[in-house]
Amino acid sequence: MPINITEGGQALVKCLENEGVEYIFGYSGGAAIPIFDALVTTETNIEFVLVRHEQGAVHMADGYARATGKPAVVLVTSGPGATNTLTGIMTANMDSVPMIVISGQAVSWMLGKDAFQEADIFGITMPVVKHSYLVKETNDIPRITREAFYISTTGRPGPVLIDIPKDVSAGPFTGDLRAEMDLPGYHIQTEIDNDKILEIADVVSRAKKPVILAGHGAMIARADEVLLAFAEKANIPVTSTLLGKGVFPESHRLSLGMLGMHGTAYANKAMCECDVLINVGSRFDDRIIGKAEQFCNNATIVHIDIDASEVGKMIQPQITCISDAKLALDELIKHIPVMENKDWNNHLDHYKSAFPLKFKRQGGLKMQHIIDEFNKQTNGLACVSTDVGQHQMWAAQFYKNESRYDWLSSGGAGTMGFGFPASIGAAFGRPNDIHICFVGDGGFQMTFFELATAAIHKLPVKIVVLNNHYLGMVRQWQELFYDDRKSGVDLEGNPDFVKLAESFGVKGFNLRRPGDVKRIISDVLNYNEGPCLLNCEVEKTDNVYPMVPAGAALEDMLVEAPKEKMTKPVGST
Amino acid sequence: MITENKNREIHAVSVYVSNKPGALARIAQVFSRRGYNIESLVVSPAFDGNFSRMTISCSGEINGLGQIIKQVDKLVDVIRCVDHTNDNSVVKEMGLIKIEVGSNDRSEALQIVEHYGCKTIDLSDDSMIIQVVGNPEKIDALENMIGKFKIVELVRTGKVVMTRGKQVT
Repeated sequence: MPINITEGGQALVKCLENEGVEYIFGYSGGAAIPIFDALVTTETNIEFVLVRHEQGAVHMADGYARATGKPAVVLVTSGPGATNTLTGIMTANMDSVPMIVISGQAVSWMLGKDAFQEADIFGITMPVVKHSYLVKETNDIPRITREAFYISTTGRPGPVLIDIPKDVSAGPFTGDLRAEMDLPGYHIQTEIDNDKILEIADVVSRAKKPVILAGHGAMIARADEVLLAFAEKANIPVTSTLLGKGVFPESHRLSLGMLGMHGTAYANKAMCECDVLINVGSRFDDRIIGKAEQFCNNATIVHIDIDASEVGKMIQPQITCISDAKLALDELIKHIPVMENKDWNNHLDHYKSAFPLKFKRQGGLKMQHIIDEFNKQTNGLACVSTDVGQHQMWAAQFYKNESRYDWLSSGGAGTMGFGFPASIGAAFGRPNDIHICFVGDGGFQMTFFELATAAIHKLPVKIVVLNNHYLGMVRQWQELFYDDRKSGVDLEGNPDFVKLAESFGVKGFNLRRPGDVKRIISDVLNYNEGPCLLNCEVEKTDNVYPMVPAGAALEDMLVEAPKEKMTKPVGST
Repeated sequence: MITENKNREIHAVSVYVSNKPGALARIAQVFSRRGYNIESLVVSPAFDGNFSRMTISCSGEINGLGQIIKQVDKLVDVIRCVDHTNDNSVVKEMGLIKIEVGSNDRSEALQIVEHYGCKTIDLSDDSMIIQVVGNPEKIDALENMIGKFKIVELVRTGKVVMTRGKQVT
């Protein structure tokens, strides 16, 4: 053991170093001071990034993890510092993102006595973490840290919280930095049931109209290469979930783009008509299945998932394979014959030309136009983050991701305020790539204060504020289902975003006319002096289509604006 | 075979779990999040002191319960979680019933106690405490019979379950 490790906080920092941590995103505070002190006294290479709000830190760690596949660490203090991470932890948990959140805590002997800045963060976060710890002994720090990383990054990843009372982080450390894990109840599926693989291969090889549904699980498992090989070998079209975007190149002839509520018409039609559905790592979210009873009614459903508790939760599959997506596809591809599926692919190509994603190029400035232009000028190779709402769905439709880890979007949680800090985190992890962050005027104002963080570190983040002065998705629902009664959606009083950016030392651009789209986007992409912001004054009341009203069947999708008055949807939001 | 009132499907779920702080809360949360009511819960140290044994009785629809069991099983602290509703298990529970009874009725009360193979564990001029051990239906039946006296209070431990034969619960 190195001589200089004498305190709990120092042991913690050394353990983080051993786990390969590059960055800690966080905010200091009283109960975490011993840990912050250890960042200095251990002379570590880990870089600490001081954010402007703890929520920013969690989303940065999230973006870093989604863009690199590696876990990042969040370090905050007790009480409000810890509770401010809650939304970000929930966001990561819903989307299976690895993350270690370390919170300082009041001293042990004051726990439960309403000490200053005491919050039971262990209890508060319990429903939204993969696992959590309240550290009671200083010498337990190495074992717990090791377990936390192992749990967070293996199986179905997720956030792990480590709450450390100040006396524990400041206490004398005499333990073993390489302590063993003790996890008798944690098992990861590493072996594959070959009979299941043969069963799947048999069903797929006899299919006439197969479709692959690629989810986030395929991305996490880094199954992109084998997925491409598998799809090409058997000529099976591939649709992806929102979080699966990029695991299969969206410009590929076999790509159907995203399915579901605002997915492509051809992906949803393929769902309705397919005879075999191979779900690789998607949890059949309610956004993609529409009405569960009518989902893929004509198909034999195969569900490959690492998490056994996802099987049969939403949709009952005929064949189940509990496995890592890559492991399963690596095996499956061996047993799949070369297939043509010519009629089926021709049929879907017909749908692609009959129901393309489209927008009107006349009239006012459209979000779709801007996103489409960014896609063209970057060839679908930028690392794109989004916030939540209309712009998110249009970005999903019009930004065609070509590779994995290039799409950062809060899917399960739908967390507004996610996009900008997530893009910052991604830029820390991949400083040499282009980072485009599509945000609405609503969501951006929830976390815009991280402009300071982006500016200080001169990160190559292009913030594209798609500004319609509305909370557009809710306004769309109110227009369609509530007789256009607008309630709580008018964002009057928006700041001048360019001036706001400039006040942080961030370069600002304005875009108002469709005719300027090409030129200004080119200027934005060629700006290399750190972060910049593009404020786009877009049409205020455009709506996202196709749309499957919540709870409706995929076949009842609206390809364009309905002519008749709609009834209120039955599904959740 | 556990038989219960057919109208309310009651399940007996056993959980073998690492003896760690928060484990109980995590398990309870899985049930409450899905709107399942826990009818009874017994937690005690297992034979190996590093682990605890829980028996959870709950009512609710069987498909949902299967999902809950998978989610409980997924928890890091849980070694295994099994629904014993339809398997070959022994289910036992203990109840303590305090009744108001004077010297006039005492012999009748004692007759009932004897019939059910129970014991009196406290006796005073105007009260007695009956201890009953058995399957939950037996306790229900005793409660019914002894209900002709004034029941002052009743405490039940909740079910504990063990599979028959060599197989572990």
